[in-house]
Amino acid sequence: MNLPGIQDPALQPIYERVAAGRRLSREDGCALFESHDLLGVGRLAQMVRERLHGRKAYYIYNQHINYSNICVNGCKFCAFGRQAGAAGAYEMSLPEIFAKVEERQAEPITEIHIVGGCHPDLPFSYYLDMLHGIKARRPEVHLQAFTAVEVAHLADKAEMSVADTLLALKAAGLGSLPGGGAEVFSPRVRTSLCPEKLSPEGWVSVAQEAHRLGLNTNATMLYGHMETVEERVDHLMKLRSAQDETGGFLAFIPLAFHPANTGLSDLTGPSAIDDLKTLAVSRLLLDNVPHIKAFWVMLGPKLSQISLCFGVDDVDGTVMEERITHMAGAETPQGLTRSQLETLIREAGCEPVERDTLYRVIAA
Amino acid sequence: MRAGERELTDKLAAGVRLNFSEACRLWDLDLLELGSWADRVRWRLNPEPRVTFVIDRNINYTNVCTSGCRFCAFYRLPGAADGYVLDWELLAAKLTELKEYGGSGVLLQGGLNPELSLSYYLELVSFIKNSGLSLHGFSPPEISFLAQKSGLSLTDLVQRLMDAGLSSIPGGGAEILVDRVRRQISPNKCLTDQWLEVMRTAHRQGLRASATMMFGHIETREERVEHLFRIRELQDETGGFTAFIPWTYQPGGTELKGEAKGAVEYLKTLAISRLVLDNVPHLQVSWVTQGPKVAQVALKFGADDFGSTMLEENVVAATGVGFRLSRQEIEKLIRTSGYQAQLRDHRYQMLPG
Repeated sequence: MNLPGIQDPALQPIYERVAAGRRLSREDGCALFESHDLLGVGRLAQMVRERLHGRKAYYIYNQHINYSNICVNGCKFCAFGRQAGAAGAYEMSLPEIFAKVEERQAEPITEIHIVGGCHPDLPFSYYLDMLHGIKARRPEVHLQAFTAVEVAHLADKAEMSVADTLLALKAAGLGSLPGGGAEVFSPRVRTSLCPEKLSPEGWVSVAQEAHRLGLNTNATMLYGHMETVEERVDHLMKLRSAQDETGGFLAFIPLAFHPANTGLSDLTGPSAIDDLKTLAVSRLLLDNVPHIKAFWVMLGPKLSQISLCFGVDDVDGTVMEERITHMAGAETPQGLTRSQLETLIREAGCEPVERDTLYRVIAA
Repeated sequence: MRAGERELTDKLAAGVRLNFSEACRLWDLDLLELGSWADRVRWRLNPEPRVTFVIDRNINYTNVCTSGCRFCAFYRLPGAADGYVLDWELLAAKLTELKEYGGSGVLLQGGLNPELSLSYYLELVSFIKNSGLSLHGFSPPEISFLAQKSGLSLTDLVQRLMDAGLSSIPGGGAEILVDRVRRQISPNKCLTDQWLEVMRTAHRQGLRASATMMFGHIETREERVEHLFRIRELQDETGGFTAFIPWTYQPGGTELKGEAKGAVEYLKTLAISRLVLDNVPHLQVSWVTQGPKVAQVALKFGADDFGSTMLEENVVAATGVGFRLSRQEIEKLIRTSGYQAQLRDHRYQMLPG
């Protein structure tokens, strides 16, 4: 059987495996990344996407809070982190955070997404009180907060085990973990770009610990800097094995590297071809992760719309006031409204579905 | 796969020319399948793994215009306080800057300004010609307007402009080449047959031209296909079109208002253009309206040309859409998409460098 219009013969055996619902190998992953037939790769990803989700495309009405950019890690690819006391460093007090929540209390927000730096001084109680305080104001809202990197940092500072740290956060209102901080798992890349950061093993073990405690997480990959195709594929394979064990990853979100204002500002960042290919290959390799998300703040609304035809089933949310990517020069708007998101989805031939954090459908 | 769809894909696979009803059915195909077919035609017509671009400057000699197009945020009516006609000194400075930037030619367009005479146009053409830059100027509505005003036939007018130094024609002002649409959105602009007649005349006299389509306003998808067929028919007759450039209507600041069509609709329209216009050699991306990322993706949907550096762009910018790219950025965008960047001129002759 042939798929009409597939141009790269190397895709044919992969097509047959995808059609048969078989798991793809590391070699398949590399061949997909190396193929010049972007649309062929995209069509294979669409087969999987449609099998899993039909024409549905999910979005969420959420609020982002980046509580502090003060960070001990100093990763070279980051435009957001600052050392304490450096120009542009900030931390929000709890009343400031609560005011941000109250400001938007009238909006039908279902998730508050909280991410920050690895702050050297904030006590563990700050994080617990933050979650408590937000939950007190908006009990119905799901708190997706603190990447595995932040959780490991908090555990370290509080001299607690990761499990106990997660349990304490969960008791304070934590609902799930975002997927950030995974970067690329390759030791070669990490030695050069983020030597201080939580190791790949550490990242995976925090995520898996969370899964075991009933907390879902997402997973990410920061691509388009110095990593090779093989290193991307290895990253995806590592996530797939972890998911086989604990099954708690909800969504995978490839993050396009934005070079402006980072320690790597001489790099170009990925092309749109690379963006779409990475999303599509992720859909194909991560056969056990339910959702592939295009974070429109990074890709822009136009490319995110196109990505819905390349294996993506989620475009994230009605984000307002996102700081991390915008400090890296993202020229995308600060927020999209619900009707803009729905139009964007419909124009791609998909059916917009508003979801909560756990991908339960919100009735219109 | 539906029966009609199979027949259509057989035709696409065989590279056979599509008739009108078949072309209209292309809209039913999946985006990526459509793109794959368009990409095949791209390689058949342009077998080199390169994407061309031109270093030029977009100069608008006047914004005064009687056309009253409801989709336009650039024009001013005669007598308006902020209407302008470019003065010679400023024009000279713009040309010098373009030459220093390595430019090969000027893209010159303006409003239908009743105060400008034939002698002004001829002087403008020779002024630019004398600077050593080639001139890609005057869309069909401008030529039609000037013919009417000056009383010259189209043939005579085109000859006078060519004698003064005009070397090719931009395909602007086509909007949608369906009179139902033109009457509603551009009441005082030349109708379809006249637009085509200007092009026919110019082609016969040896001028090459591009053709454009501004879509995503009040037209139907079928009317877009009709537009493509009018271009294809004339091309069969004259062979004078070098490239086709579809772009999306930008509503900011216009009387027509509405929402801009998204990237998926743009890519579908681009791919269908490639599939229908089997006789037009090049297909150009519109990074000005789509941004650099979608422009890269467009290279996989049939496009083989990245357009121009522009240096300045005033018409789309008046709607608040303001993408800007330097020569280096264009080259990088092409290369990182997997193609060689190839410099060309306005007649699609390849240039060194």
